[in-house]
Amino acid sequence: MTVRSAAEPPAIVIEDLRKSYGSVEAVRGISLTVARGEVFGLLGPNGAGKTTTVEVLEGYRRRSGGSVSVLGHDPADRSRALRERIGIVLQGGGFYPRLEVGEAVAHFAALYPAPRDPAETVALVGLGAEERVRVRELSGGQRRRLDLALALVGDPELIFLDEPTTGFDPAARRAAWQTIRTLRELGKTIFLTTHYLDEAQALADRVTIVKDGVVVAEGPPGALGSGDGAYQVAYERDGRRVEHRTVDPTRLLNELTSEALAGGWRLEGLTVNRPTLEDIYLELTEESDPLPTEEAAE
Amino acid sequence: MRSAGLLWREYRFERRLFWRNPSAAFFSFLLPLVLLFLVASIFARDRAELDVLVPGIAGLAVLGATFTALAYNVTFLREQGILKRVRGTPLPASAYVGGLLASAVQNAIAQVALIVAIGHVVYGLPWPRDPLALVAFTALGVICFAALGIAFSHAIPNSDSAAAYVNAVFLPTILISGVFFSARSLPPVLEGVAQALPLKHVIDGLAGAILTTDGFAGNASAFVVVALWSLAGLVLAVRYFRWE
Repeated sequence: MTVRSAAEPPAIVIEDLRKSYGSVEAVRGISLTVARGEVFGLLGPNGAGKTTTVEVLEGYRRRSGGSVSVLGHDPADRSRALRERIGIVLQGGGFYPRLEVGEAVAHFAALYPAPRDPAETVALVGLGAEERVRVRELSGGQRRRLDLALALVGDPELIFLDEPTTGFDPAARRAAWQTIRTLRELGKTIFLTTHYLDEAQALADRVTIVKDGVVVAEGPPGALGSGDGAYQVAYERDGRRVEHRTVDPTRLLNELTSEALAGGWRLEGLTVNRPTLEDIYLELTEESDPLPTEEAAE
Repeated sequence: MRSAGLLWREYRFERRLFWRNPSAAFFSFLLPLVLLFLVASIFARDRAELDVLVPGIAGLAVLGATFTALAYNVTFLREQGILKRVRGTPLPASAYVGGLLASAVQNAIAQVALIVAIGHVVYGLPWPRDPLALVAFTALGVICFAALGIAFSHAIPNSDSAAAYVNAVFLPTILISGVFFSARSLPPVLEGVAQALPLKHVIDGLAGAILTTDGFAGNASAFVVVALWSLAGLVLAVRYFRWE
């Protein structure tokens, strides 16, 4: 990661962002800050307000309230100066089907003041062998890589990745992660939305978890897990699973085992678990869909 | 200055895309000519009928190259997410839409020129007696139908249904607007509908420009009607434009 001066202003500052669609409030007061050069993960289940938030940052949607600054600009102004400095990876789509890969990348490169070399960008995302292939003939995974190439070719400082690996097979996900790490090494600021926990853990320097349009947790992915430090102690009694949460498992286990010894029964199936970020994520988001469901994708 | 350069670049790009899509190239370019030859061979036995048919086909060509092409094109671009992608780049909306329009306009102008030339060389019509009026009515027709095509694309839900939506407007309009025969032979109700729509007036204007020396003064009311439709089309196209 490129070391940045602490005095450098943040890449993104959001304060009390609100967005309503008719009577539905999709985002209900999100605040967050993204530093330059960091990979920031906005994590949450489907319908949490992630895409709405990122589309406000990209300038696609107008907010209903709050303030937003992206590289010092208000994206609602839709200034060209801002769009020259950001790269947007869409959730798939947005291609001219009859263009060749190399043509498509070169076409978009010419819209920026100081683009990357198109051929080198095509190679960077792993489409070097497909440069002369028409976009309509690409596989789903290759299209996503083209999407990334189109976002990178303007050599942006800030890149928005909205659910970049949804629908990928494991190998393609690993490859995409590697590319994102490469971008970070290039000093890019990356704003990533995902509903995959492992993705946020693997890539993000900091994570904000949103649910129902509000922030429910934030911090480095490693620190989120030890927020309340609760351990889970579970065992079976009379055929039922009993669960306890405690910050002091030693004391709880002592009490439980003493009780069991005194009563002459056994703690069947005793387990002690440190909750992972996944457990916390599921707990935080449990009232909505129990598991983030994956959209059908090619 | 840089915006003008980007518009020019986008126009060149749209021309490249146009020729990559053979079906669009066919509809915009060959269909009016094929119709002209067919209808002229089958029905038009004398100059009077050709005097109706040639300007009618020229009007049809303007409608097809602008209204039909843009309604299809914008629906497709929106559905594919291309409009959304373009909106996220530094390309100004004016340069993008300008390039898109310029490409459609070029097709329309080339068509009108070709049809007027065929009208003279093959069918014995005069060279336009009022060239200025020809330019004026072609330009106004292009503006009008291009704006209405973009406006109409807002009503089309997806590319699959675009053909049905466009033909539902295109086919009845060309039948009642005097493309193939004089609109004077229509039942009064249909004639009233045709009078209210812009195509008949564009065709009247083109006919006047080709056949008379006072094409402009002779069709002033037609010019006004098309101008009003242009205004309505522009307002609707801009007001309801959706990038996704």
